[in-house]
Amino acid sequence: MSTEQLNSFATGPDERGRFGIYGGRFVSETLMPLILELEAEYEKAKTDPTFWAEMDDLWKHYVGRPSPLYFAERLTERLGGARVYMKRDELNHTGAHKINNVLGQIILARRMGKTRIIAETGAGQHGVATATVCAKFGLKCVVYMGKHDVERQAPNVFRMRLLGAEVVPVTSGRGTLKDAMNDALRDWVTNVRDTFYCIGTVAGPHPYPAMVRDFQSIIGKEARAQILEAEGRLPDMLVAAIGGGSNAMGLFYPFLDDTGVRIVGVEAGGKGVDDRMEHCASLTGGRPGVLHGNRTYLLQDDDGQILEGYSISAGLDYPGVGPEHAWLRDTGRAEYVSVTDAEALAAFQLCCETEGIIPALEPSHALAHVMRAAPEMPKDKIIVMNMCGRGDKDIFTVAKALGVDVNTG
Amino acid sequence: MTRIEKRFAELRENGRKAFVAYMMAGDPDYETSLEIMKGLPDAGVDIIELGIPFTDPMADGPTIQLAGQRALAAGQTLQRTLDMVAAFRAEDETTPIVLMGYYNPIYNRGVERFLDDAKRLGVDGLIVVDLPPEEDDELCIPAMEAGIHFIRLATPTTDDRRLPKVLQNTSGFLYYVSITGITGAASADAAAVAPEVARIKRHTEIPVVVGFGIKTPEAAREIARVADGAVVGSAIVERIGRGDSPEAVLSFVRGLAEGAHSA
Repeated sequence: MSTEQLNSFATGPDERGRFGIYGGRFVSETLMPLILELEAEYEKAKTDPTFWAEMDDLWKHYVGRPSPLYFAERLTERLGGARVYMKRDELNHTGAHKINNVLGQIILARRMGKTRIIAETGAGQHGVATATVCAKFGLKCVVYMGKHDVERQAPNVFRMRLLGAEVVPVTSGRGTLKDAMNDALRDWVTNVRDTFYCIGTVAGPHPYPAMVRDFQSIIGKEARAQILEAEGRLPDMLVAAIGGGSNAMGLFYPFLDDTGVRIVGVEAGGKGVDDRMEHCASLTGGRPGVLHGNRTYLLQDDDGQILEGYSISAGLDYPGVGPEHAWLRDTGRAEYVSVTDAEALAAFQLCCETEGIIPALEPSHALAHVMRAAPEMPKDKIIVMNMCGRGDKDIFTVAKALGVDVNTG
Repeated sequence: MTRIEKRFAELRENGRKAFVAYMMAGDPDYETSLEIMKGLPDAGVDIIELGIPFTDPMADGPTIQLAGQRALAAGQTLQRTLDMVAAFRAEDETTPIVLMGYYNPIYNRGVERFLDDAKRLGVDGLIVVDLPPEEDDELCIPAMEAGIHFIRLATPTTDDRRLPKVLQNTSGFLYYVSITGITGAASADAAAVAPEVARIKRHTEIPVVVGFGIKTPEAAREIARVADGAVVGSAIVERIGRGDSPEAVLSFVRGLAEGAHSA
C-alpha cells in the first residue's frame, strides 16, 4: 500500500492485516488459529444482511442510536470562530461510544458459539459496555483492569460487578491498561476453546483494528449524513481524542476520502510531551514497535522496553495506538496533536459551563484542541468533534485536580 | 552441521533424550546469571534457552514475568544479553544457545544488526514468541539466511491443516507447547502429549522437544520418554527468584537433567 498509488485511504488493511507497515498479526502460535477463525467469521458476517439487521435493531432500541449531532451555540460564541458541532455519543446506553463495538463483537461471539467473554478496560467504559451486553445475552464476563485503574475508577468497578461481571485487578507491571491487556491475552491463550476476547479499541492483531473500526464507523456515517442535513456541506475539520483510537477511527473513517476535511487526532499530553515521558502521546512522542499483536507507534526506551504512559484520563493511559492511525499519520492524511492534563481540565469546565454537558476527560482533550483551533478559523467554517463519553465517572478525579473535597463541597 | 544439529546427532548416537533449560538473562543480576549459565553444561544441560527480558511478556506466567522485571531493574538490556552469550562462548564452544523472547527489543535494535551480532557472538537459534509463520519475513527468513535457526512453537491448537505452515521454515528443533496457556501454569500430561508428538513427527524429521508445565525430574523423564527432549523453565527461574545460590540452582538443574536423561 504505497502512498503514491493510493486512490483511496479507506481500503486498508491488506490481506496480511497491514496498513502500510503497521498492523499485522504478532501473536503466539496458540492464538493464531483463533485469530484466523475470527477473521473468517467476521468476513462472513460483514456481508451478511442478517448480522447487520441485528446490529441495527440493537443500536436503535438498546443503545439509542442515532446519537444527535448538536450545534454547540454558546461554546461557538465564546470561542468566536468556527461553528462547533458535537457528535453526542456520550448519550449512548452506558455513556460512551464503547458499546457500538461491543455489540458487534458479542453478536459475532454468539455466532461462533463462544460462551465466555473476556475484556480489558482502562477507564472502565469498555468494561462496563462489555459487562452490559454480556448481561443482556446471559454470557459469562471477565474484565481485566489494572489495579491502579480499579482504584481511580471505583464507580465503574461497582457497575461492572452489578452487571454480573467478574473484575480481575491486574497487579503485573504498574497496573494500568497495558497490563490489563497482557493479562487478558494470557487468559485467552489459556482458555482458547470457549473464550472470546472482546478488545475495546482499534488495536491488537488483525482483524481487530479493522473490525472495531467498522463497528465504530457508525459514528462517522451518522455524523456525515447529519452535517449534510444541518449545513448542506461537509465539515472543514474533525477532532477526536486518541487513546487506542477507536472513537476517532469511528468518526474519521467515513471521511477519509473527503480530502477537503481536515482530520485531527488529539493525544493525551499528560504533564507535557517531552523526554520525561509523562504522557501517553505515542504518535507525537513515540516511535514504531511491536506490542499486543500489532506494529504501531509506541512509547518505549532505547532498549525497546515499553514505557508506562501517564495521563489524568485513565481511558487514554495506553503506550500504543491503533495501527491505522500510525499509517494515517505517516501518509499525512490525518494530523495528530497533544493536549496536556491542564488544558483538558480547562476544556472540561468550559463545556460544563457553556453547554450544560459534563464531558468525560477523554473527549475533554478533543475539546481542548477545538478551543485552540476554532478561534483561528473564520466564522463560516465548521468543526465536528466527537463527544465520545460522559463525565460522571470522572467527577472525583476532576474534583481532586481542582482541589475540591466533594464530601464537604 | 550447526551446534544444535551436532548436539542432537550426539544424543541420538548415545540413545539419549535432550534436556533443555531456560533461564532469564540478567536475573537476578548479570554476574549471578552468567555464573549460573556457565554451570549449566556440567549440570547436564544439552541446550540453553536464554530469555531476553521484556516489559510485556504476554505468553508468560508470573514466575517469568517477575524474572524479566528483576533483570530489567538490574540493568539488563539486549546488548548485555549478547555480552553474556559472548562471555559464555569464550569458555564453551559446543553447547547450543537459543535466545528466547519477544520481537520488540529485536525490532528496536534493527533485525540486520541484531542478527550480525548474534551470529558473530555465538547464538545458534531464536525463539520469538510473537512471530507466527504469517510474519516470517520479519525475522525468520533473515535469521535462516544468516545461519541462525528459527525455532517455532507448535501448540495443542496447531491442527494438521496448519502444521505444515508452522514447520515450513522451522529448523534445529520444534518446540511443542504441552498445554494451552502460559509458562509455569498447568502441569504437562505425558499421556496427552504422546499422541501429539507422534502426530507432529508424521510431518517432520526434525527433533521435537516438549515444554511448559514440566517441574520435576519425574515429569522431565515422563515427557522426554515420549519426545526427543524436555524443556524446563519456570521451575528453575522460581529457584533463582527466591534467592537460591547458583550452586543450589545448578543442583536442582542436575536432578532435572538426570530425569530427562533416564528416559
